Amino acid sequence: MKDMGTKTNVEGSVGIVTPKEYTFGTSTTPLTLESGRTLYPVTIRYETYGTLNRDKSNAVLILHAFSGDAHVAGYRTEQDRYPGWWDPMVGPGKPFDTNRYFVICSNVLGGCQGTTGPSSIDPSTGKPYGLSFPLITIGDMVHVQRHLIDHLGIERLLTVVGGSMGGMQALEWAIMYPERVRSAIVIAATPRLTAQGIAFNAVGRNAITSDPNWNGGDYYEKDIPSRGLAIARMIGHITYLSEESMHHKFGRRLQNREQYGFDFNDQFAVESYLEYQGDKFVERFDANSYIYISRAMDYFNLDEKYGSLEAAFRRTKAKFLIVSFTSDWLYPPKQSKEMVFALMKEGKDVSYAELDCPFGHDSFLIETERQGKLFSSFLENLYAH
Amino acid sequence: MHTNLSKHVFQEIAQLIPEGSRVLDLGCADGDLLEFLSRTKQVKGMGVDIDEKMVLQCIARGISVFQGNLDEGLRDYQTASYDYVILSRTLQVVHKPVLILKEMVRVGKHAIVTFPNFGYLPIRLQLLLKGQMPVTSSLPFQWYDTPNIHLCTKKDFRNLCRALGIPILKEIDLWNRKRIPPFLGNACAMEVCFLLQGSSNEESLIGEHRFQIQTIL
Repeated sequence: MKDMGTKTNVEGSVGIVTPKEYTFGTSTTPLTLESGRTLYPVTIRYETYGTLNRDKSNAVLILHAFSGDAHVAGYRTEQDRYPGWWDPMVGPGKPFDTNRYFVICSNVLGGCQGTTGPSSIDPSTGKPYGLSFPLITIGDMVHVQRHLIDHLGIERLLTVVGGSMGGMQALEWAIMYPERVRSAIVIAATPRLTAQGIAFNAVGRNAITSDPNWNGGDYYEKDIPSRGLAIARMIGHITYLSEESMHHKFGRRLQNREQYGFDFNDQFAVESYLEYQGDKFVERFDANSYIYISRAMDYFNLDEKYGSLEAAFRRTKAKFLIVSFTSDWLYPPKQSKEMVFALMKEGKDVSYAELDCPFGHDSFLIETERQGKLFSSFLENLYAH
Repeated sequence: MHTNLSKHVFQEIAQLIPEGSRVLDLGCADGDLLEFLSRTKQVKGMGVDIDEKMVLQCIARGISVFQGNLDEGLRDYQTASYDYVILSRTLQVVHKPVLILKEMVRVGKHAIVTFPNFGYLPIRLQLLLKGQMPVTSSLPFQWYDTPNIHLCTKKDFRNLCRALGIPILKEIDLWNRKRIPPFLGNACAMEVCFLLQGSSNEESLIGEHRFQIQTIL
């Protein structure tokens, strides 16, 4: 057998990474949410890669999408089969080159991968929050990340970058903390969730809350609402792909048979794929986090929060790179262009790339080569000036 | 790819543009004109190009760029939001030259259009004497593989501007790297450059440009 080597010397990999945690907020200094409610303490789990330079000017904050986590690159253990969720983008010699940049990624507020969320223990009861966890917004997620950036002693980030919900966070970073970001890379994002987007989220939440195990969100240490959560994930997955990519990947193939049996054991390949994705998701994700984070996305609307899209961008000081994908029907190019033109109207520095790519919304995770070239060029030019 | 002639055209364009102007370059390719203008005239520039490779090159040199199709027009661009909208050596490849010209004079307070002059005598002679579609150093394509679908002569372009009611503020005619008198332009210019007045800009004609209108008319 070929020497598998250790994960520490896989070429271009950051190797084994150890997540870190930072906790802030007390009864006298709680985190105040956009809803007006307060929360304490707040723990944020994060990973870092590369080294912060002396003048702290090389920090890149990566913002994950709905179901992502802080583990963006490398491996957590020697036994890990797969690296972090954006490994082709982060590492020595990769687009977010860890030989040059100090890369940070943290799990979002409301999440279930180490940052405080509905599955965390409420110190006032000693039990998981469940539905007593306050509702949160994308802005709240960003607010929490700012605490982390303060903690790391970074005054100004070289860039904030994220796809999908990560793109929403990148937008809020540039708007909420204009002095703290030099640039924002906003990928496959939208200035607001449309009725269609809210509808898909609503069906996902309904699947969860209809599961007999859901029990009003109080299911910790009992049977979890795994069927509901799996169905929610299946719906999500349909929206992340394109018709073309589904056709290409599965067509009308049957999973285990050549011909129809005309019984209920007939299963199309696409069905099997969705089942698999649903089941895999249940192992790593909390149903209540699904509800809270999807709600946060529903609330996301820059026009409403700031008066208008133009008013939202008026305060920004970052250089923007906005990227969309032709086959993304969840957050289509039209919605990215709307942001580009609002930024242009405000006289902001913005570039826009519309990548012709068949993988739908998920393109931002899959098409890493062309994105990588864009981002490394954008950052190199910025970092050199 | 960039001949001395195109560099020379850059200089002519730069001479038309005051320092610090807001410039939109349609069909900006790798951003070399915008880079030249921001270096020599400190313009605040933005490019538009359809080609991902070109967009990447612009971004790599720090030029702001919008990946888009000019044939869709500029409908999301604000009226009079740029001081100069430039269409340099791109007119001949767009599908809807009239649409793009109308949009340029709407979005820009001025528009600048440069194109290879199809009325250039050696081009005429190739068709006349050889009976073949012209192929020259500035138009090096065969008829079957050319991206140039809307070639025109200097005279054609003037006629179009007149028909569209777009005032021509200045004409620059180039033979090799030299300027030649406009009356020789249609037959002798290899490359022509037009400064057009934006449609929102009737009141703001500066003296120099007004003078040029009179001399042209």
